Amino acid sequence: MESGPVDLGGFYGTVDIHLELEERLAKFTGREEAIIYSYGFATISSAIPAYSKRRDIIFCDEGVCFAVQKGLAASRSKIKYFRHNDMDHLEQLLEEQLKLDKKNPAKEKVTRKFIVAEALYMNHGDLCPLPKLVEFRNRYRTPIFLEESLSFGVLGEHGRGATEHWGLKPGDVDLICASLETAMGSTGGFCAGKSYVVDHQRLSGIGYCFSASMPPMLAAASIKGLDIMEGSPQIFSQLRDKAVAMRRLLRGTPGLRVCGESVNPVIHLQLACPSSSRDTDDELLERVARECIDSGVAVVVAKYLKEELKLPPASLRVTVCVELSEDELEKAAKVIKTAAAKHIL
Amino acid sequence: MRIIISACSVVRDPRATPKPLLQQSSWSSLWHLEAETSEAMSNGSAGSRPPDMTNPGRPRAQESFPEPPLMKAVFTHLSYGILILLGHVCDFLRKLGMKRDPYTEALKNEDLFKMNLDFEMFFTRNIYRRIRDCWNRPIASAPGAYTDLVDRVSDDCNWTFRYTGTKTNCLNLGSYNYLGFAENTGPCADAAYQSTLDYGAGTCSPARELGTLDVHKKLEALVARFVGKPAALVFGMGFATNSMNIPALMGKGDLLISDQLNHASLVTGAKLSGATVRVFKHNNMKSLENVLRRAVTEGQPRRLRAWRKILIVVEGVYSMEGSVCKLAEIVRLKKKYKAYVYLDEAHSIGAMGPTGRGVSEYWGVDPADIDIMMGTFTKSFGAAGGYIAANQDVINYLRGASHSTTYAASVPAPVAQQIITSMTIIMGDDGTKEGEKRVAQLLDNSRYFRQRLTEMNFIVYGNEDSPVVPILLYEPGKVTSFSRELLKKKIAVVVVGFPATSIVEARARICLSASHTRDMLDYALKEINEVGDLLLLKK
Repeated sequence: MESGPVDLGGFYGTVDIHLELEERLAKFTGREEAIIYSYGFATISSAIPAYSKRRDIIFCDEGVCFAVQKGLAASRSKIKYFRHNDMDHLEQLLEEQLKLDKKNPAKEKVTRKFIVAEALYMNHGDLCPLPKLVEFRNRYRTPIFLEESLSFGVLGEHGRGATEHWGLKPGDVDLICASLETAMGSTGGFCAGKSYVVDHQRLSGIGYCFSASMPPMLAAASIKGLDIMEGSPQIFSQLRDKAVAMRRLLRGTPGLRVCGESVNPVIHLQLACPSSSRDTDDELLERVARECIDSGVAVVVAKYLKEELKLPPASLRVTVCVELSEDELEKAAKVIKTAAAKHIL
Repeated sequence: MRIIISACSVVRDPRATPKPLLQQSSWSSLWHLEAETSEAMSNGSAGSRPPDMTNPGRPRAQESFPEPPLMKAVFTHLSYGILILLGHVCDFLRKLGMKRDPYTEALKNEDLFKMNLDFEMFFTRNIYRRIRDCWNRPIASAPGAYTDLVDRVSDDCNWTFRYTGTKTNCLNLGSYNYLGFAENTGPCADAAYQSTLDYGAGTCSPARELGTLDVHKKLEALVARFVGKPAALVFGMGFATNSMNIPALMGKGDLLISDQLNHASLVTGAKLSGATVRVFKHNNMKSLENVLRRAVTEGQPRRLRAWRKILIVVEGVYSMEGSVCKLAEIVRLKKKYKAYVYLDEAHSIGAMGPTGRGVSEYWGVDPADIDIMMGTFTKSFGAAGGYIAANQDVINYLRGASHSTTYAASVPAPVAQQIITSMTIIMGDDGTKEGEKRVAQLLDNSRYFRQRLTEMNFIVYGNEDSPVVPILLYEPGKVTSFSRELLKKKIAVVVVGFPATSIVEARARICLSASHTRDMLDYALKEINEVGDLLLLKK
């Protein structure tokens, strides 16, 4: 198989291996159908505007990642942000909208409403309270788009994502979008949900219609990844245990505090006492990261652009891989603590 | 009065953070321009024509876009009218419960997405669905000159498909395989394979966060050398190269002048940037000059300030029209009005010009005159992704400001290696004449095919030298019949209709390739001729 796609999905760019991958992803996540994108970022940022248009309303968490923000901007819909993970605020917004709908039922009939959230927030590291969102979905008849790039292959007994983690039914979340560039280690992304919903993206998802399809070789790599995930379900609990262990090891790092959900393998180390200048903080963390790299541990300073809706705090990002042993994690934690002690205090 | 206002308006807006590397439009040009007298301007025919480097004695390449004949336009509108009426009847019957199909079954459970609200969804289920077997045809091999199409049938009028388990080997006139690099054997495939063993499948990170490999550095240097610019930056997706970098370059207070028929990625990038967008008629230099004049003399509406900068966005080869942009004239206009040019060479890089360097080489324009050159690796290089090439300052700025380098995964290593190998072959750096041969073969194929179709009296759009050959079909019924009849003859073509094109101008878009031989083209032409007679497609 060659490594280039050479065509749009609609014009002989769909290779039988794409169909196989879509079927496997749908089966793995327990949904009716899946659609593949060739770029992780393009997945959620094309999915949202495919369904939500200018007159529609989206209730979105403030802490969503940049890809979701671009999807919201491209949809031109009315966005109502609720404070990060604040379910009371979301409830308040939904109640207000319900009152407006009752006053104008004709308008309500032609207005779509959606809730957008991330299962595991990329910028903050915490979990979204999905059962509460599902309750709102049922009460206010508002479908949920869930961004699962960091939870796919991480959460749940079999790595199926947030719905499995919280013990919910796949049908409770209307559309999930995930990148295959994270846990899967390949390229691209996918959306999964009911057939008639997902099929709509084949004509309306601009990142699908107007873009070349995924290179077949990388689709094959994803299929192999799924084989491994299905064949070795123990790796998910191992990964989560290592994430918990690494967080415990990193506790007490001088000048830095460990943030985010304990089972999240992506660990944000934020500055305990940030200064008033973001540039200064970033430069300080860069020095720490550089020191770690020189000592054989690759960590990164999380990069953001000024265009972010709400710039997340400056942080050092440490990502745990299931293949690292306990010894390696301990050595790495020691290196990070030494570097932090040297530069921050 | 206008000059006084314009002069006052050039005071720099203190709130604006100027993008550091593309300078503001020079305000001195305001003093030298007169009021509009646009009707007297010629339509770019004064611009230089491409010197024919392959055959100096040959007449210069022509472009043609014949108007649709009146009867065809009438019948096309009538066809769509009947289809829409039929669609409404079907929807009415569904509401009454008298029509059962997979759509009504799916909507039995409450439809939270309100899928039946928009016209596009009406269009999809009632019109597009009837004929959707012409699109999304899966293939089961590399999309070379021949490709294996997976056979499928529908038992329920195209709601669902069933795979029969067999394949049909077809002549491929649909894939963008301009230089024939869509191969799974040969030096590119071997190098990509080795690269996968060395680096793995994906990079798992954005370029700014441990996602930059040494292969990327090598690739960027090679791309810069190939297009003739000082520096280049590569991205994992061609569409995203436009949609994620134009917002980094343009913002509020900037003006983006876009060709009417620009690709969806350019339109998305323009919308997301927050800049004001104005459109000029497709490839019409008179229209472009009018827009530029108005922009420079009037400045920003309501604010009475000059635009911070003006960017003209055009494509090298337009993939639906087969037209080639009038680059020399655009460069002349950009210099006159102190604007910048962003050239999207998705379909022209590798496919135009004597050595495949794109439309700048084709027109004899110095790459230094084009401020930002963008292209994709999907078409001529058999890979994926895109690049932007410009001077070092712009590339340094983009490295830190691009949405893609900060948030999206970088080009996978095997894909980067595929591009490096294919680009090296095209440049002749591998020591063979293979690249030169392929570029010449593509040009020969394009000219021959188009010439023969025109001789057969088909209505064909575009430039004689462009590898994209649109054959006009007009009526929606003919669009589907053309595709199905040729599939019976084992030829795979791409047909496009409303809403991708205007309602009247549905077409079959043939993409020629260096891997097509004269025999293959002759076979295709013979079959197209027969189908053209059957469907009354000729003039």
